[in-house]
Amino acid sequence: MPDRERLVEGRGLVFRPGGQTVLDGIDITVDRGEIVSLIGPNGAGKTSLVRLVLGLARPDAGSVWRRDGLVVGYVPQRLVIDPVLPLSAQRFLALGGQAPAALRAEVLAEVGVAHLLARPVQRISGGEFQRLLLARALLRRPDLLVLDEPVQGVDVTGQAEIYEMIARIRERRGCAVLLVSHDLHLVMAATDRVVCINRHLCCAGHPETVSRHPEYVALFGPGLADKLAHYAHRHDHVHGAGGEVLPIGEGAAPAGMEARHDHG
Amino acid sequence: MDEFIWRALAGGLGVALIAGPFGCFIVWRRMAYFGDTLAHSALLGVTLGYLLDLDLNLGIVATSLAVAVLLVAAGRSQTLGTDTLLGIVSHSALALGIVLTTFVPDLRVDLMSYLFGDILAVTGADLLWIWGGGALAGLALLALWRPLLALTVHSELAEVEGVPVTLVRIAFMLLLAIAVSLALKVVGIVLVTSLLIIPAAAARRLAGSPEQMAVAGAALGCVAVAGGLGGSLVWDTPTGPSVVVTASLLFLLSRLVPDRLSLSR
Repeated sequence: MPDRERLVEGRGLVFRPGGQTVLDGIDITVDRGEIVSLIGPNGAGKTSLVRLVLGLARPDAGSVWRRDGLVVGYVPQRLVIDPVLPLSAQRFLALGGQAPAALRAEVLAEVGVAHLLARPVQRISGGEFQRLLLARALLRRPDLLVLDEPVQGVDVTGQAEIYEMIARIRERRGCAVLLVSHDLHLVMAATDRVVCINRHLCCAGHPETVSRHPEYVALFGPGLADKLAHYAHRHDHVHGAGGEVLPIGEGAAPAGMEARHDHG
Repeated sequence: MDEFIWRALAGGLGVALIAGPFGCFIVWRRMAYFGDTLAHSALLGVTLGYLLDLDLNLGIVATSLAVAVLLVAAGRSQTLGTDTLLGIVSHSALALGIVLTTFVPDLRVDLMSYLFGDILAVTGADLLWIWGGGALAGLALLALWRPLLALTVHSELAEVEGVPVTLVRIAFMLLLAIAVSLALKVVGIVLVTSLLIIPAAAARRLAGSPEQMAVAGAALGCVAVAGGLGGSLVWDTPTGPSVVVTASLLFLLSRLVPDRLSLSR
């Protein structure tokens, strides 16, 4: 999409904290207004990639570019607040900074957390807390929303609601969304582009294309990749148990997989 | 009553007021062991102050600040667990301080008062240190309040939202070093952390917001100081430990207040 304004661009990202390679040569871009889903199995380095994109960690090689003055709304994975800290939902929101009253009222209504404000944060359920985090992120009027596993610990109905909400938010506000998930199945509907990683970049593109990609199928099973599965996409490697890249021939190559495919 | 008792009370209340809010952050950020390490290194400061013929308060503050900086720097390379690192620094500093007292005959006599505090010996100059330093540390903490609270809740979220987390963290450690060195006057090196964390912990059930907890912690600390001082006069018990025992009783009492987190509303 050449007419869209680029917000974030990571090129050739390598991340080796303590000498162990967590990310190896990843490219990722997010343009204004698009929803990009970052998927991959547990331990694939998704959160590490998000931390690089956010500038919370520095890559060992490669570079991250962020548009000047980019405002990011971040919803981190797993936020547990120690019960020894007395904090109401209202105060939790205010910790993100001052927001105009009109915006505040609008966001609270949009995300549906107005009724929680007086409650101690420790007494807010998983799904409600995700909404609260989302509200805190939206109060910053972000250009880019970064959501790390936003539906973790949320029941299935709640998950669908949160994804719908994210789609609505994008539509209304035109902000870009970078969404981390360990599973494409759930995010499929609301996503423009999918980036699938498993320490290296597995595949990227439209969700339907990705869901038929052999590496995706190898990681997640056929699920979405319907019976038809006719793809002009070939493979030159397979994955070992730890996710490392092996040339075809070493280890067991999944049956029917053809050689050679392009990365990145 | 004698003048020294009023001085003791004034000093103790000054320390309790500052210990409330700082103690809350120690409790929220789980830094009790860090406070201990600062306190233990203070004896080294006293000894060095004697040996180098410096003002002792200055020696204590300088050593605490140096240790805080050392811990921040050492904490970056995470080859050792934080508790191990703190344990090494804490006990090395305490042991070295005690060993060095050998060369300071005056100090050997006073060692107990440094270890367990001697609030009854508080002088007018000490009061100036406590109230002046306490006011400065308190105002600085007030200025840091929101960013510090934000990074206490979630450091990376705060960083994305523009809080200079490293700077705020270091500033807090330095302020804490000052608060600890002031609190030493009342309860001594061994017990100083207790004056920070016990009133703060006792305030938890009474508070619905971080600010309420800080104020309640300061108030309970004042009660503990007054009660401990009074008790030590009546029963002729050591003052510092009496203050801590009073604080502990207040903590136990506070547990009778129902926990609002488990209330169903």
